[in-house]
Amino acid sequence: MSKATNRDDGPAITFYRLQACPYCERVARALGELGLEYRSRFVEPLHSRRDVVKRVAGVRTVPVIVDHETGVTMAESANIVDYLESTYGAGSAADSTTADGATAETGGDD
Amino acid sequence: MPEFDVVELEPTDHLGPGETAPDFTRPLVTDEFWEDRSLAEFVDGRTILVFTPMIGSFVAKYVWDELAERGWLEREERVVGVTASTPYGISRFLDENDLPVEIFADPTNGIAADYGIAHDLDGMTGIGEPRLAFVALEADRSIESVWVADEWPEFPDYEALEAELGLD
Repeated sequence: MSKATNRDDGPAITFYRLQACPYCERVARALGELGLEYRSRFVEPLHSRRDVVKRVAGVRTVPVIVDHETGVTMAESANIVDYLESTYGAGSAADSTTADGATAETGGDD
Repeated sequence: MPEFDVVELEPTDHLGPGETAPDFTRPLVTDEFWEDRSLAEFVDGRTILVFTPMIGSFVAKYVWDELAERGWLEREERVVGVTASTPYGISRFLDENDLPVEIFADPTNGIAADYGIAHDLDGMTGIGEPRLAFVALEADRSIESVWVADEWPEFPDYEALEAELGLD
């Protein structure tokens, strides 16, 4: 087992991602646009090699974020972007454009 | 007479005791994932840096098997690897060999160059890897002792190495 899985310091958001995965890049862009600091943890393409994501989030898809500040763990890019916008964005949950777009694109993660 | 060559490596001007180990940031790889970490962030007590040839070489396999066998991975000192492989290769290696250790991935071999222990591979143009080397660090990253291979391949006398690194 890994010693690096528990961290007391560092950014509040841990971002589980797959290299070159468009859904993950979408989350990365949202994190960047909101100016949020995050720690990227890269996993492998094979779902069978993603035990860490399964333990953390109960799924084997990425992206997944863990927000240590709020205690939220979340999968699916559309949900994550919606969560980030509503929690950290200037427009908060009232931003209906973001919410509509998110709903339409749910469910296509790697 | 044996007809094989153990290559004698060029003398190095590697870092030595009393110097501060240069900091670096690279993906630190576990058997499950990798994330950017700095050496400064990692070192919070006595630490042994283990530089090996790239993953896939028998040297890397022999060394990590031996260190696991000798209990290095359960010691009070933290042991961490550095090698010139991709995170993917390192993560598979740790998983397949059931090694509870983390290794910094440095495919371009820049860390070994900074530490003065880079080895350019004959017949693999453009590819370098670290020499086998062990560096014992204090909590402030000052170097206590160093062992660097002079030949290729060369394995240490592990009992003498443990004494030299203060792992008695």
